[in-house]
Amino acid sequence: MSFKFTVSPDFTPNHLSGWYIFNTWLQKQTGLAIHLKMYSDFNAQRAAIANDEIDLIYANPFDAAMLVREKGFLPLVKPEGASDEAIIAVNAENPVADVADLPQGLKLAVTDDPDVRMMGMILLEPGDLDAGNIEAVPCTTYVVVAKQLLRGDAEAGIFLAEAYDDLSPMIKKQLKVLVRSQISVIHHVLMAGPELSAQREEIRRHLLAMANEPKGQGVLESLGFTAWAAVDDEAMEFSIDLMDTLSM
Amino acid sequence: MIQDMQPETIVGACKDVTLLLYNELPRRVLYTEIETPYPDGKLIVSTTDPDGVITHVNRAFVEMSGYTEEELIGAPHSILRHPDMPPAAFKDLWDTVSRGEKWQGFVKNLRKDGGYYWVKATVIPNVRKGKVVGYTSVRRKPSRTKVEECIKLYPTLF
Repeated sequence: MSFKFTVSPDFTPNHLSGWYIFNTWLQKQTGLAIHLKMYSDFNAQRAAIANDEIDLIYANPFDAAMLVREKGFLPLVKPEGASDEAIIAVNAENPVADVADLPQGLKLAVTDDPDVRMMGMILLEPGDLDAGNIEAVPCTTYVVVAKQLLRGDAEAGIFLAEAYDDLSPMIKKQLKVLVRSQISVIHHVLMAGPELSAQREEIRRHLLAMANEPKGQGVLESLGFTAWAAVDDEAMEFSIDLMDTLSM
Repeated sequence: MIQDMQPETIVGACKDVTLLLYNELPRRVLYTEIETPYPDGKLIVSTTDPDGVITHVNRAFVEMSGYTEEELIGAPHSILRHPDMPPAAFKDLWDTVSRGEKWQGFVKNLRKDGGYYWVKATVIPNVRKGKVVGYTSVRRKPSRTKVEECIKLYPTLF
């Protein structure tokens, strides 16, 4: 039997090959046949989840509630010490220095990355901005968000902080960060579906040991992580409750 | 356990009042007119047991409240109750979450040093196997417009 593994479509492009390396490593460790399938957008991935085509997922926290409550997924691990954070940035020549001074009707460059978009909208609340009084400018990637700001086609943009930090120094010099979230508790989680529930503890054991052996360290490095940390069921429930409070 | 506020912890000129908390517990409260601005980009997160006793706080909670983590864990969440907050707001909060629903509102919180800070608060019940085992509260930076509205509205609700 072959299992299907997928990664939240908001993965950093630099780490695409890392996920394939990780999948090869995981198959060798567990002896399981696992096929990695990458989706280009969240809708396509959610359709595959809805059709019960996914057995293992590195999930966006926004989808965790659906995966646990509707599809019976269970948490395995999260990247140690890493969290998803958002940034609101504008063109460096924009005189605005505080989100509270951004105007209503603002053209806002956003990707479809759901947790970052949610965090970004929370960061805009002090300026009385919400989905009802901004004009969203949809972007496929964070590089496109930056381009929209540089061209003046959008007045502000929501970035995944990691993606903003990865922009070239020349682009960053032309942008200005108004606010960077310091939430610390929102993170992606690797989760196992019902078909893998019998192997859950074995998979987790391999993942937690990964940072202790040289080959595993190299694979982690290719993902941009230093180690995995265990996520138990209660921590997962807490994370779901947290996302629930933030989506209000 | 909740203790009366102590004059030696207060910074600045203060007023003195005894509040009757939601669970009928009296508490001497000392408060000043000094506002601590909500920090950009941060969330204050806490959890309580079903009776509102704090079981978990994050670093931002500790920083903004002025209490240590040790002082907060085991204390009722009403340790933050400011005398300018109308009791009706907290009754609405408890009535709402007791029904298993989410509550959201703007709250003026009291610091250990007698100062205050405004938050936009969301509280949800933590349901495990069909049973409410506690509550999670997340506070974020409110808009100044909303705070100004509350400053006008809340005194009319006493």
